[in-house]
Amino acid sequence: MNSSEGENGERPRALIVGHGDYAAGMVSAVGQITGRGGLFGTLSNRDLAADELTQRMRDAVHGGIDVIFTDLPAGSSTIAARRLLRERPELRLVTGANLAALLDFVFQGEGSDVQALERAAEKGRASITVLGGHG
Amino acid sequence: MTVELYRIDDRLIHGQVVVGWGKPMDLGFIALVDDELAASEWEQELYRMAVPPGMSVSFHDVAGAAVAHGAWVRDFRRGIVLTGDVATMARLGNALAGSADPLRRVNVGGIHHRADRTQRMRYVFLTHAEETALRALAASGVEVTAQDVPGAHPVPLEELLCHRGV
Repeated sequence: MNSSEGENGERPRALIVGHGDYAAGMVSAVGQITGRGGLFGTLSNRDLAADELTQRMRDAVHGGIDVIFTDLPAGSSTIAARRLLRERPELRLVTGANLAALLDFVFQGEGSDVQALERAAEKGRASITVLGGHG
Repeated sequence: MTVELYRIDDRLIHGQVVVGWGKPMDLGFIALVDDELAASEWEQELYRMAVPPGMSVSFHDVAGAAVAHGAWVRDFRRGIVLTGDVATMARLGNALAGSADPLRRVNVGGIHHRADRTQRMRYVFLTHAEETALRALAASGVEVTAQDVPGAHPVPLEELLCHRGV
């Protein structure tokens, strides 16, 4: 897990988990735009069995992290996160997270509640548009 | 249609299965064979929620899968039979031996690191017992290959077992 502090010395408030370099890429993008990539820890599911992924996620979700963002709703990261939710019902999970959703989260205050995360998810959904193709 | 893939994958239902194989093969169903999962409604719900609309999933122990297998083969949809480990696939193969629809092909899709396993490929780690079980499947006439995603080259068992972490 990337637990380094961001440019503002912030401690991670959320964990991003997904395929390949999805999490690292998202943090890189958030950092480039806001300088606050340190709000996120990262974890890749690459080459991890389901049990090991769940254990690494369990180890990563501590010390103030109470939100998990994952990429695919059908992915192993999401399934592992849902297992953790059973152990720790206070955790919150946002699936299908994209950059717009993460940026909205960055500017939420400490202790984002479910309503705030739903707003972030809506920002993410609303950011997906298809343009052109009519000519 | 038929069962398109008999896959061993310790992540069971996940992105590679649902999207990587599911989309290009136009999969209609997943038959998940796992004795523990078949007995756990909560675990089943976990995986059920990972299956997209238009695709169904059913859960079976090995004995139940052997009974249901003929119906899967004759289902009008394309499907995957999925196990989480070599032993379960080997037991299914044994249960189907001599039936009208024996096991003919096995895809080793993902068996990940564990302390007692040797790495054979990036996504395949095997114990000695697992290697023996795969060899036994092959000796019984089952084509065993390793392939994580559809675009990858299928690696035959003998070649797989010569690999050392490549």
